[in-house]
Amino acid sequence: MSISFKSLETILERHPPSPEHLISALQDVQARFHYLPKEAMTAVCDHLGVPVSRGWAVATFYKSFSLEPQGEHGISVCMGTACHVRGARNLYDKFRRDLGLPGEEGTTRDRKFTLRQVRCLGCCSMGPVAQVDEEIHGNLNQRKAGQLIKLYRKR
Amino acid sequence: MQITTLTDLEAVKARGLAQLYPEKPKILVGMATCGMAAGAQRVLETLQKRAQQLHWDGAVEKTGCIGFCYEEPLVDLIIPGQPRLTYARVDQEFAAEMMTAVAAGTVPEENFLARLDVDDMILDGGPRRFYEGALSGFVAQAPRYEDLDFFKLQRHLAMRNCGFIDPDNLEHYIARGGYFALHRALTSMTPEEVIEAVTVGGLRGRGGGGFPTGVKWASCRKAKGWPKYVLCNADEGDPGAYMDRSLIEGDPHAILEGMLIGAYAIGSTEGYIYVRAEYPLAVKTLQRAILTAREAGLLGQNIFGAGFSFDIKLNLGGGAFVCGESTALMASIEGRPGEPRAKYVRSVEKGLWNLPSNLNNVETWANVPLIIAKGADWYREIGTEGSKGTKIFSLVGQVKNVGLVEVPMGVTIKDMVNLIGGGVPEAREFKAIQIGGPSGGCIPRELWDLPIDFDSLWDAGAMMGSGGMIVMDNSTCMVDVAKFFLDFLIDESCGKCIPCRLGLKRMRDILEEFSSGKGSLADLEELQSLSEAVQDGALCGLGSSGPNPVLTTLRYFRDEYEAHILGRRCPAGVCKDLITYAINQELCNGCMACVRECPQGAITGEKKQPHQLDATLCIKCGACFEVCKFGAVEVS
Amino acid sequence: MVTFTINGKEVQGQKDWTILDVARWEGIPIPTLCHHPAVEPYGACRLCVVEVDEGRRTRIVISCMYPVKEGIKVRTDTPRVQNVRRWIMQLLLDESPASSYLKELAKSFDVKPSRFQKAGVSFACHLCGLCVRACQEVVGIQALTFSNRGLKKEIASPLQMGSKDCISCGNCLYVCPSLGMEQLYARMRA
Repeated sequence: MSISFKSLETILERHPPSPEHLISALQDVQARFHYLPKEAMTAVCDHLGVPVSRGWAVATFYKSFSLEPQGEHGISVCMGTACHVRGARNLYDKFRRDLGLPGEEGTTRDRKFTLRQVRCLGCCSMGPVAQVDEEIHGNLNQRKAGQLIKLYRKR
Repeated sequence: MQITTLTDLEAVKARGLAQLYPEKPKILVGMATCGMAAGAQRVLETLQKRAQQLHWDGAVEKTGCIGFCYEEPLVDLIIPGQPRLTYARVDQEFAAEMMTAVAAGTVPEENFLARLDVDDMILDGGPRRFYEGALSGFVAQAPRYEDLDFFKLQRHLAMRNCGFIDPDNLEHYIARGGYFALHRALTSMTPEEVIEAVTVGGLRGRGGGGFPTGVKWASCRKAKGWPKYVLCNADEGDPGAYMDRSLIEGDPHAILEGMLIGAYAIGSTEGYIYVRAEYPLAVKTLQRAILTAREAGLLGQNIFGAGFSFDIKLNLGGGAFVCGESTALMASIEGRPGEPRAKYVRSVEKGLWNLPSNLNNVETWANVPLIIAKGADWYREIGTEGSKGTKIFSLVGQVKNVGLVEVPMGVTIKDMVNLIGGGVPEAREFKAIQIGGPSGGCIPRELWDLPIDFDSLWDAGAMMGSGGMIVMDNSTCMVDVAKFFLDFLIDESCGKCIPCRLGLKRMRDILEEFSSGKGSLADLEELQSLSEAVQDGALCGLGSSGPNPVLTTLRYFRDEYEAHILGRRCPAGVCKDLITYAINQELCNGCMACVRECPQGAITGEKKQPHQLDATLCIKCGACFEVCKFGAVEVS
Repeated sequence: MVTFTINGKEVQGQKDWTILDVARWEGIPIPTLCHHPAVEPYGACRLCVVEVDEGRRTRIVISCMYPVKEGIKVRTDTPRVQNVRRWIMQLLLDESPASSYLKELAKSFDVKPSRFQKAGVSFACHLCGLCVRACQEVVGIQALTFSNRGLKKEIASPLQMGSKDCISCGNCLYVCPSLGMEQLYARMRA
């Protein structure tokens, strides 16, 4: 998969060439492409003067980076304590079943959805909570989860 | 404009006050993340649109979260000469009605929560009454904030501006006494005097450990090396704790001012705020606040002409709980994986880039201006002997009034749950309160007279942590809770040291045997000795406090473990291998809801006939239980 | 010189020495796994724990990083120390059963595989990280790195491709106590 060099250059220009900017530069790449293309990671490392191995270590350590292309809609189900005691696990399994995902997390075959768990979105008062793209949906149950997926499938 | 003198500050304050309490009516919408999730954006837009249609002469503004998260979206009505009126659970329809009423010169009586007669304005020399004389009509009968159980014991110090100001408006912040403490510190106090005030005030770190803030500052000031760094830990990762997010979203300048005062005391010129990227609104709010402060000359060179310079950079966390640990956080700012290192040399001496670094969390920084403005003796009066001031808790879980609660240290668990929280839902029983996140512990009902302060919690096997309080009732299984926290930590462990990487996993495996009915009592001994090995052997606080949820549940709920092991049953009906679902034939009225919802087709039946559940097909997902309105789905 | 005691015996060390340095000098045995004189201490395996009494309190520290201090009392063989070491050996042995080095070491602790031992593992790496650190600190390049975190942590070359930075010096092979690096090396050079 080829990436737009123009947008990559814009990102690199924002970060002075010093190793401390590795994480923020990769975050910008992630925000732009929704994942870290290998070419982009190598380019960032070269620009900042850090070995690619360090870029790799950082990219695989932090959860906000993904090395695979993501689905059109990201569904993050909060697995914080407050949501947990209000049934987040069963809710998560419902999402997984409806999306037909075999593993714990992942992207659907049609690249429509990426499902992941997050450790607390800080909306504990309305748990269980899930975030679809930028929007937070509170007080969910399994039935509402099914409706949510149908809603976003149409978008 | 540049603010360089006290006169400038006073001028901005006058302007800000005119905006906060104008001569025209004003409507405030709580727009922190919790409000937004409940639909505050749509409410704000409706209010604005309707105001325009009606040519209403007033202002509609946003504000932060006052803590009543369970009543969101909240809308406040400020009419000159009237108490401030708070409306709860406002939807678009009601917002339109409200605006119509207000434009017609009346106030709505529905969805009413409470009235506020006095704005404390703690930093600004005293309370400000909203009205004089007697009230009439419905407002006179309306409950006041202090009449609400949720608010009775609360005292908003760190949250002093949350729900009162527009967080993006510097003039609002200054109007309520903001940046006057900084001015005072820079122009009339030596760094040593500032440290002395914070030390005497008794401020202890609100991030979890409770280390005396003044002592930390003093060591960092003494440490050799230059430059020195002042850091703010806003990587709030404890699941179930969101007070830092709320503070940032409601009052970002309080944190900047605290850091500025700290930097002056320590002798630092550069600061970093490390904030969770999962909090997009908090990130944006901080970005704007830093920019505004810089434009006003409150960050940068020669602040207040006092020869002191300081600036702040914002770093976004990459999604790793361990980065809340000080040395991991510093590694992350340096652009490396967030692996902690041994702290035999403390980070106040060798921290970020091996230079002296002082790290405090959001809530700690927000308390600092208060101590400088009001004095150490004033601050000392609040709280208990060993724990001064207030603490913000997020009261969540199985409790009626969910939200952020700021109380003086020393309030009991019982008051927290029963009074402020309004108790557990009907027909349930309070079982335990989990305090301190994955490093904390579960405290049982027997101990609910315990005062909540750093030392009492520590003695009970829990810890303050960042202040997450999750109330659990008899529908929560303690073995499952212990498993939950281990899962969390296993997922978040950096994997550097073996006790954490493999030890917590082994603890999890042993618990899994319990919850699937395969355990033996001998395993409890094994679990105990492994817990001790992890506590003693792990590299950082994340690992060494990891066994706490297991140890406290073992200590206070051993009978529940034994029920799993000896009785092969889960009393709370949670552990899937030990429970079965069934339909009570008498209670089922045949509404078909569960039949439609069951993903397995395990439930069959005709309309208006009791349904049947085939246990061999059931995957125990609980969908039928959630959907049944008649309590006919039973777990045993 | 700093004077203190190990197991009741009075010992001395330079002020920038660690407890482990002094113990090795004195011939007092402390087991280690991730320690190697050629690289900086890393503090990951925790096998070298000792109990230190500093007057105010007693605590467990790792001897490979803990700086010697005047008057401290170090004990290398207390029940707490033994408990930590025994569990570390147990956990390692169950996790990386293919490492012959661990098997030998486990014998000295009288630790045997438990019911949780992983089956079907042939990769002998137990993540002591000596290879990564030798590559960085001794050779001065970073052809190798840790990747991922927690249970998924592993030794890898960047992008999981052959590393273009590798100069085939063989230092990683030399410091590796198990056969792990040998198994990984082919992939590194691919």
